[in-house]
Amino acid sequence: MTALVVVEHDRGAVPDAMFEALTAARGFGMPVHAAVTGDGAAEAAGVLGAWGAEVVHHATGANIGDYSPEAWGQAMVGVVEATSPSIVLSAGTDRGNELMAQVAARMDLPFVANCVEVSADGSSMTRAQWGGALHESATLTADTKLLSFAPHSIEATEQAAAGTVAEVAVDVDAGLARTMIKDRVVLSEGITLATAPVVVSGGRAVGSEEAFAPLEELAGELGGKVGCSRAVTNNGWRPHSDQVGQTGTRIAPQIYIASGISGATQHWVGAMGSKNILAINTDPEANMVVKAGWAVIGDLHEVIPAITEEVRKRKG
Amino acid sequence: MRILALVKRVPAPGARINITADEQYVDDKNLGHAISPHEECGVEAAVQLIEQHGGEATVMSMGADVSEEQLRAAVSVGMAKMVLVPTDGTPKDPQETAAALTAAIQQLEAEEGAFDLIIFGNESADQGGFQVGIRIAHALGRPMVNGIKGLDVDGASDGHILANREIDSGVEVYELPMPACVGVKEGINLPRYPTMKGRLASKKAELATVEAAGEAGGQAQVKLLSPPEVVNETVILGNGPDAAPAIVDLLEELGVM
Ligand SMILES: Cc1cc2nc3c(=O)[nH]c(=O)nc-3n(C[C@H](O)[C@H](O)[C@H](O)COP(=O)(O)OP(=O)(O)OC[C@H]3O[C@@H](n4cnc5c(N)ncnc54)[C@H](O)[C@@H]3O)c2cc1C
Ligand SMILES: Nc1ncnc2c1ncn2[C@@H]1O[C@H](COP(=O)(O)O)[C@@H](O)[C@H]1O
Repeated sequence: MTALVVVEHDRGAVPDAMFEALTAARGFGMPVHAAVTGDGAAEAAGVLGAWGAEVVHHATGANIGDYSPEAWGQAMVGVVEATSPSIVLSAGTDRGNELMAQVAARMDLPFVANCVEVSADGSSMTRAQWGGALHESATLTADTKLLSFAPHSIEATEQAAAGTVAEVAVDVDAGLARTMIKDRVVLSEGITLATAPVVVSGGRAVGSEEAFAPLEELAGELGGKVGCSRAVTNNGWRPHSDQVGQTGTRIAPQIYIASGISGATQHWVGAMGSKNILAINTDPEANMVVKAGWAVIGDLHEVIPAITEEVRKRKG
Repeated sequence: MRILALVKRVPAPGARINITADEQYVDDKNLGHAISPHEECGVEAAVQLIEQHGGEATVMSMGADVSEEQLRAAVSVGMAKMVLVPTDGTPKDPQETAAALTAAIQQLEAEEGAFDLIIFGNESADQGGFQVGIRIAHALGRPMVNGIKGLDVDGASDGHILANREIDSGVEVYELPMPACVGVKEGINLPRYPTMKGRLASKKAELATVEAAGEAGGQAQVKLLSPPEVVNETVILGNGPDAAPAIVDLLEELGVM
């Protein structure tokens, strides 16, 4: 009996959420194995022992290269068939969930995505619905149990294990390589909404595309980024890449300044990872005000420029 | 091109999601309903591709009869046909949903011909299983990529479609031979509002029904629960622009100046 961690990586770079999944795998009280495949697999395999992987199965064969949901999914099926784990899990990232769903579809097994807590035998769990705004208690009945863990639901801790690499020859049909990455376009590097130390956000109350200029100015002064609610992107005032929330970006700044945003649950799940939240709203009862650690009651069109002015004054 | 978009009716909750007394459903008595946001963009993507390349777009939903409201909304923005796969409205697990929808798509294709492209949402807004589209694509033997933020037929080689997906460091471009499946994410486009003409067309459009069912899979919902509440003593820093010095004190304290 083993718990097998399906490791997603990008040409060898393993995301932090995978280390959370490896930590979670150790909670099942059975040996933890990991599975890697594709370009950069050897590099990815090298870091897994430190997080508790006793054996790392490296799936090799024809038609496996850069990330491909189907070819990689089929390669993971090969490892599952060769090693018969009782639990197979990954991180609830885009690629992690996609690979697990590919394995599930190919093996006709159930797959429970985005668990936040799982029983020791993997047969019952709490999972995230509505992007984490709602929880579901669920049961899983299957000989091989397929799961993913919602990112940030557990804290990753290191625990050294052998991390012995074992090659597994797998059969991937040429026809499955049809969804391979054909090209990569590198975007400009620098801070993003997800990594910004300060996010200055505006909601419907901002009123127009132009009216975001004062928010841009404040964000500029603080070395931060401008964010927004879905009401704003729906109106075409800001690009969707600025949207915070369930169907937007999850942010984790030192401080989130949310102005003219009511704080609907779908917005809140994107904002709740912030270390501090300052709400600026005319309504003292607004959900955002009630949930924030700090609030200012007032018109954002007056408050935001006043903050910028004060910041400039102190900077001298 | 022949395109199929799959959409799901979901409640549109506000500041909090309330649960019914039997702990099985989101209490939607006083709520409006919507198409899941990713899928709303899937509908828009289908309409745009038909505008550019000709053909016909169909929208399909599996759910209670009230899902007709979301199907008509999709027709009002340009989908030509709508199909309901009726259920009793109880939540279905992902395997059951995928099996029923696969059977429904096969029936539709047997009657009207294959779809060149089937568009799903990246995940449903409520259950968020991240898998129904992938299961259906596999059952139909078609390629599938999830998380798509851009589609391009013109830039691809003949009979293929290009699909873009964002990762931390940039954009990956996939080329898929058609017939193909994709799961799209909000942000791929800005869904249009219905025109008066569209609204009228949606009132007149005929609702087709396809009966299809699947067997229950291995995942079962026991109950819904609210995640632990954030309890915060909100500190009011002041009213209006006069609060600026107090705010900047806070910014200094947090070391973000
Ligand atoms: C499935 C689903 C997914 C969703 N995903 C997201 C998501 O990812 N992100 C997201 O943001 N939303 C999302 N939504 C939408 C969400 O439910 C809300 O509709 C949206 O967040 C509301 O945006 P808002 O707060 O800007 O607008 P409103 O709710 O209209 O709030 C405006 C606020 O501004 C305040 N105000 C008014 N005038 C002023 C003023 N002069 N100065 C200061 N304050 C003022 C008001 O008191 C109010 O609190 C989703 C919805 C659904 C159904
Ligand atoms: N009941 C349904 N009716 C129509 N499409 C659905 C249904 N359930 C799921 N889908 C489609 O499958 C996608 C993924 O769903 P899920 O696996 O629940 O996250 C959704 O975005 C929809 O496009």
